[in-house]
Amino acid sequence: MGIDRAQRDGVNKTVIRSVAALLGMFAFAFALVPLYDVFCKVTGLNGKVDTTAQAIVHEEVDQTRFVTVQFITRGSAGLPWQMSVATRQMRVHPGQTAEVDFTFTNNSAIESWGRAVPSVSPSSATTHLRKVSCFCFQEQQLQGEERLTIPLVFQLAKDLPEEINTITLVYTLYPVQRTPLQTAYNNHLAGDNT
Amino acid sequence: MAPKLPPHNPLQHSSTAVAGGQSHEGHAHHTPPKGLLRWLLTTNHKEIGSLYLIFSLTMFFVGGIFALVVRAELFQPGLQLVEPEFFNQMTTMHGLIMVFAAVMPAFTGLANWMIPLQIGAPDMALPRLNNFSFWLLPVAFALLLSTLLMPGGGPNFGWTFYAPLSTTYAPASTTFFILALHIAGISSILGAINIIATILNMRAPGMRMMDMPLFVWTWLITAFLLIAVMPVLAGVITMMLMDINFGTSFFDAAGGGDPVLFQHLFWFFGHPEVYIMILPAFGIVSAIIPTFARKPLFGYASMVYATAAIALLSFLVWAHHMFIVGLPLTAELFFMYSTMLIAVPTGVKVFNWVTTLFRGSISFEPPMLFALAFVVLFTIGGFSGLMLAIAPADFQYHDTYFVVAHFHYVLVPGAIFAIMAGVYYWLPKWTGHYPNERLAQCHFWCSIIGVNLTFFPMHFAGLAGMPRRIPDYALQFADFNLLSSIGAFFFGASQLLFVLVIVLCVRGGQKAPAKAWEGAVDLEWSVPSPAPLHTFETPPVFHRAQTHE
Repeated sequence: MGIDRAQRDGVNKTVIRSVAALLGMFAFAFALVPLYDVFCKVTGLNGKVDTTAQAIVHEEVDQTRFVTVQFITRGSAGLPWQMSVATRQMRVHPGQTAEVDFTFTNNSAIESWGRAVPSVSPSSATTHLRKVSCFCFQEQQLQGEERLTIPLVFQLAKDLPEEINTITLVYTLYPVQRTPLQTAYNNHLAGDNT
Repeated sequence: MAPKLPPHNPLQHSSTAVAGGQSHEGHAHHTPPKGLLRWLLTTNHKEIGSLYLIFSLTMFFVGGIFALVVRAELFQPGLQLVEPEFFNQMTTMHGLIMVFAAVMPAFTGLANWMIPLQIGAPDMALPRLNNFSFWLLPVAFALLLSTLLMPGGGPNFGWTFYAPLSTTYAPASTTFFILALHIAGISSILGAINIIATILNMRAPGMRMMDMPLFVWTWLITAFLLIAVMPVLAGVITMMLMDINFGTSFFDAAGGGDPVLFQHLFWFFGHPEVYIMILPAFGIVSAIIPTFARKPLFGYASMVYATAAIALLSFLVWAHHMFIVGLPLTAELFFMYSTMLIAVPTGVKVFNWVTTLFRGSISFEPPMLFALAFVVLFTIGGFSGLMLAIAPADFQYHDTYFVVAHFHYVLVPGAIFAIMAGVYYWLPKWTGHYPNERLAQCHFWCSIIGVNLTFFPMHFAGLAGMPRRIPDYALQFADFNLLSSIGAFFFGASQLLFVLVIVLCVRGGQKAPAKAWEGAVDLEWSVPSPAPLHTFETPPVFHRAQTHE
């Protein structure tokens, strides 16, 4: 067969390089997951908001413009909770601190854990929405038939882009699976804090 | 990797049992194993090429039958024949089978057969790996098809398997689907490595890169695309596997994941994937048009650069499949313009083909007919692609039959017509006989009528708002769907002619000389027809003047 040593070496080199490229791309696919998260956090794309409390910035309230903030709440399969909001929409000035009450109701007789995951639309408003206190920062526990009202305190940054006059905040409820160990650990943490 | 040097004593390998797949390695040609074992163990690029092509043709009919189930259900409004759940499985399986089991293996089969012949190599660089990459395919697709018989049915989430439809809400068989796709992916990756190794290292002495026939060039670039994006697909389906079975939440918003991330990752693979299915077609057409126009290809170098440009741009356009997920305006604009930019190198190609035809001495043998139909109909598919690239307009077209019409125009009279053109072009080299001219002409005219009758009305149905992947539709779409269904059955039936022509051609027919077509120039026409099992065992002398200058 007309394949000589030089060709064989060349083939080996090509194969090694191809396999290296291959493994690199496989790793790249997984690296894209954290990169995507970082990218979204920085740019506020896909409406993912910071899940830690931010301080209120005392800045002059921009009385000249009104922004409509809408609230949408959604349940989820597998969690027998209902989530409702005191007002469907409110009008605020940029820079003004506002508060709105959300009510969680556990419709079942069993205690369960859940979490409300927020999303902001349009995504360009995400980085201009400061949440001072939000139930979305942590998982909630509701006893059977319990009803719990928690306020959301937020502020729109004054530098909110001109063209945005409506912001929609969506909260989707998701069940949280808790092992007894996790529950004990969380109780322990809660005990430390008080 | 075992060295592929000639055995010291060829006689040692003369018994059938020992010879196995190595029977072709020595200079002394002994009898290969008989029957099934011969095909199971073969390391010969021509035999493996034939296996790929036969497998692909079989799967073309399997996928075609799934499509006909869909078209039969859509023949008239209302639910007649199948349950909606089964309809969803049929649309999904049709897509998966046609993409991964029909079009891709067909091109790999043609590459196996023709690349060593076109560059003057004795075989592929890694013959045993070649055998392995083929035999992975029947395993993968037996597994995939078996999901249809499992409780809960097969994949029903569309060939794009968007999460969480394919994770949280998927049938129980999804893990098998993931496994099947992994195996098929490994097969294409191994095939791609083999093709790159062959093209870069095994060319006849004196053949520079810029002397290679365009089919070789386009396949080289395709193989690079495969190596770049198949691992991303493997990554995505691995994440799905973990989301389904191991409680991770890559794509599950409840656990902090993001379903839109799935779409980004999928289309980062998916868009280069659609070019994987069309670039080798460009190569085939670029071989056939000069042959039957009896003129050298116009703009050889620009063809190479245009192919490379299309391949590079394919990495920058993925989000044009996701215009309505809520991208920021800047991203919409970026992906809109980068997508439109692809029309430039593609236009270069189309104009080069047209210019090659200009003042040529053209004859219309079956390969040429399919190649010409390719140029015209692929361009129509390209234009509807440009319409879809307009982000604001896409909000109207998204997920309608307009999209279905678009990608079927680029894949059926695009990729598949080019494969058929290639088969008709190289059949004399493979079998030593010309295909039956009258039957082949009949196949062509039936196909072209069938294809247009099936897919052209879909443009109108889509523009009028008919959504894709739904088993029922509003009454105003009834006429378009009736035409499409008639066309689909006509097109499907006329493919039986294709099988008939191939079978007849293998069994006999008008004898073909080594140079079967008057205007053909590449190296494969210097070996006898039919090509003997072993060719170019001593490298041929490559004359530059005979090709592209």
